[in-house]
Amino acid sequence: MTIAEQTRGGGRRSARLLRGADTVGRFLLVIFLTYLGLLAVTFFIGRVIPIDPVLAVVGDRAPEHVIQRVREEMGLNKPLWEQFFIYCRKVLQGDFGTSVLTSNPVMQDIRRAFPATIELATLGTIMGAGLGVPLGVWAAVRRGGVADQLVRVMGLIGYSVPIFWLGLMGLLVFYARLGWVGGPGRIDVAYEYSLTPVTGFMLLDTAIAGEWEAFGNAFSHLILPASLLGYFSLAYISRMTRSFMLNELNQEYVIAARAKGLTETRIIWRHALRNAMVPLVTVIALSYAGLLEGSVLTETVFAWPGLGLYITNSLQNADMNAVLGGTIVVGSIFIGLNLLSDILYRLLDPRTKTR
Amino acid sequence: MQNSGIRKPGCLLGAAAFAMLMAGSALAATPKDTLVVVWAFDDTITMDPAESFEISAGEFMGNSYDRLLRYDVNDPSKLLPDLAKSWTVSPDGKTFTFELREGAKFASGNPVTSEDVAFSLQRAVTLDKTPAFILTQFGLTKDNVKDKVKATGPLTVTLETDKSYAPSFVLNCMTANVAAILDKKLVMSKEQNGDLGYAWLKTNYAGSGPLKIREWRANEILAMERNDNYYGEKSKLARVIYRHVKEAATQRLLLEKGDADIARNLTPQDLDALKANKDIKETGTPKGTVYYISLNQKNPNLAKPEVREAMKWLVDYDAIGDTLIKNIGIVHQNFLPVGLLGASTEKPFKLDVDKAKGLLAKAGLPNGFKVTMDVRTVQPVQGIAEAVQQTAKRAGIDIEIIPGDGKQTLTKYRARTHDMYIGQWGADYWDPHTNADTFARNPDNSDDAKSKPLAWRNAWAIPELTKKADAAALERDTEKRKGMYTEMQAEFRQTSPFVLIYQMNEVAAYRANVENLKIGPTSDATYMFKVTKQ
Repeated sequence: MTIAEQTRGGGRRSARLLRGADTVGRFLLVIFLTYLGLLAVTFFIGRVIPIDPVLAVVGDRAPEHVIQRVREEMGLNKPLWEQFFIYCRKVLQGDFGTSVLTSNPVMQDIRRAFPATIELATLGTIMGAGLGVPLGVWAAVRRGGVADQLVRVMGLIGYSVPIFWLGLMGLLVFYARLGWVGGPGRIDVAYEYSLTPVTGFMLLDTAIAGEWEAFGNAFSHLILPASLLGYFSLAYISRMTRSFMLNELNQEYVIAARAKGLTETRIIWRHALRNAMVPLVTVIALSYAGLLEGSVLTETVFAWPGLGLYITNSLQNADMNAVLGGTIVVGSIFIGLNLLSDILYRLLDPRTKTR
Repeated sequence: MQNSGIRKPGCLLGAAAFAMLMAGSALAATPKDTLVVVWAFDDTITMDPAESFEISAGEFMGNSYDRLLRYDVNDPSKLLPDLAKSWTVSPDGKTFTFELREGAKFASGNPVTSEDVAFSLQRAVTLDKTPAFILTQFGLTKDNVKDKVKATGPLTVTLETDKSYAPSFVLNCMTANVAAILDKKLVMSKEQNGDLGYAWLKTNYAGSGPLKIREWRANEILAMERNDNYYGEKSKLARVIYRHVKEAATQRLLLEKGDADIARNLTPQDLDALKANKDIKETGTPKGTVYYISLNQKNPNLAKPEVREAMKWLVDYDAIGDTLIKNIGIVHQNFLPVGLLGASTEKPFKLDVDKAKGLLAKAGLPNGFKVTMDVRTVQPVQGIAEAVQQTAKRAGIDIEIIPGDGKQTLTKYRARTHDMYIGQWGADYWDPHTNADTFARNPDNSDDAKSKPLAWRNAWAIPELTKKADAAALERDTEKRKGMYTEMQAEFRQTSPFVLIYQMNEVAAYRANVENLKIGPTSDATYMFKVTKQ
């Protein structure tokens, strides 16, 4: 190898490194700008909504001098851009402020509310994807048949029935009437104080403590709201699966596979679904992200202290630290899951590997 | 105090299905020594009595903190000793001396001394949070409170006021949460940067009451336990657990299923339906909260005296009483709620469209006018607003309803940029001055006034009535004082821009094995420590 070749080789390697660093750098910049935009939009919307944030702190009865003092303490008398700057600086130092409504640091609140939502959303998505994908495939294969109509009606109901009503009916039937599942709340009051929270996930905490009776109780409380969310994501996922599958089944490679004499099962599940999976991953990831944001109505009906209720309640009281903290968390979920589905995309689609 | 409204979009659908499905269901049960209350308590923002001023927090404080005196729940005009075993007023009416009970202890084990009492009152005035005005209205300030509130012996405390107020007025205020007695040693051991324990007490407890607060998780749970150090009769219940359940239909399910012992936010329809269930009982008490529609005097039409009166004839009180507020309110047309000294029960107004039309013609508005009303989207407020919209239309008044969230309509109301507003007002402490102070006093009607009572929010300039209200607060002869309030209410009914509609009746539904539950007239007088379970 000549010196010239070595230099060239090194140049190519460092060029590739540079390109890699460039991609990572650009990626980080995009994430940074996304967060900044997210914060700015939420912050300024929060400041223009016609609710006085001081009201949440002092209530309706405070004398005028108390209101003025609290307004100053909260920095609300400063110019808007300065308030935003102060907030961003604190966030960079890891300080998300304190929630007015709960008196706790915002991140502490979210650490408590978020596991409740994750538990619901994860179980819901597992159910939704686990059932929705096969149902969608089935409907696509039997296009126009009874199965297809059945899946479509299920999907339509999932879309059109208010989740609030369905939740209440679910409680009436399965909790009140049949007694198969636990009622609203995450666990029976009887277990409430025998348990030390470690992770904040009821199922994990009870399992760690080896309290299997409490584990069963927590699961019985979780299963109904999770099924409900599962049903709604099922409705969406099965419909999308159906349309992706129909698209694949019309492709020439399917005809080629049939001509080759492959079994129909193999064609559908190994070839067509494999290809449909690529866009489907994004659909499932986004539906999961949607559930992680917290479902306000479900959480209301089931008295489930999750993220959705927390953010909504904070917004209604103009408790901006809590709203902004929640926004960052929700934003992170979307960015994270988008990233994840991008990676999965690359794994599932061999064409992206060579590029 | 501000009410936390409850939303119930699904209540009607739910109610229909309940009847079908509830029959013959298996019963769960809460532990015998534990009382489970389901309630919407997302208004609670602190556990510090010096700051706490919300409805639900009031109840938590009332159960866990003692004060010098309490009022008698069965007859609120009577005062009962609490940590003070006796009290005297000096002849000039300015110095109050309290003798403390011997041997009382805080939940921490520390003895209750006059130091603790003086500290608690001084702390409330010094921190100067929202409810501090209940104490500072007697001339206490940050600078003078250490001289005005003093421990003069190990068990003797004196309080000096700036004027000679009606003694009942001063003593009534001592029953308020803001005058709760704190464990000075404990609180000060948690002090940070001279905050008098403010940061710590927000989520902690330092009292001597019958129950002690074990844990508060906002919007989720509040747990109290029996305080074995309590001086009086100990609670029969080992635990009282409040669970935050916002949705009325969910509350009803939990109650009927037996997973809750008491449900607090049921709808009138739910309460009606539950009357048929023999396992469920109901109890109600008229509260110190009145609901009203107010007319901003900055609006030239609403400022006309005839229009103000006409509006009072355009409300179908009977229909509202029979439907919208059935079980949860009683028609009431005076600014003092029944139960307060001097409260009037006169009800001269009824729906009379012709009379209203005549008044409008006299005001030069024979064809009516257009006006907006800011309405919170919670029941029964929304229903009442819609009912009034209908009846006012019959006289030609076209009301446009502007729906909004609670804090949103309130923000607008406080800036007095509304036309009409439908709202409620609850007594801050158990004395008629609390409501007179806001409905019938407006010392300065300018935009940057120092105090902004309800009369100010509606730009109602009333120098004469303000003087009368001030005089009533100073009148030391109780009978005379009563007469003054009666007279003020009569004038108010005729001339004010407030259409008083009803007084709240708070109803709780509970399981039949729960005994001795009584909803107090104020939020801090619903005593769960007196409840027993069979």
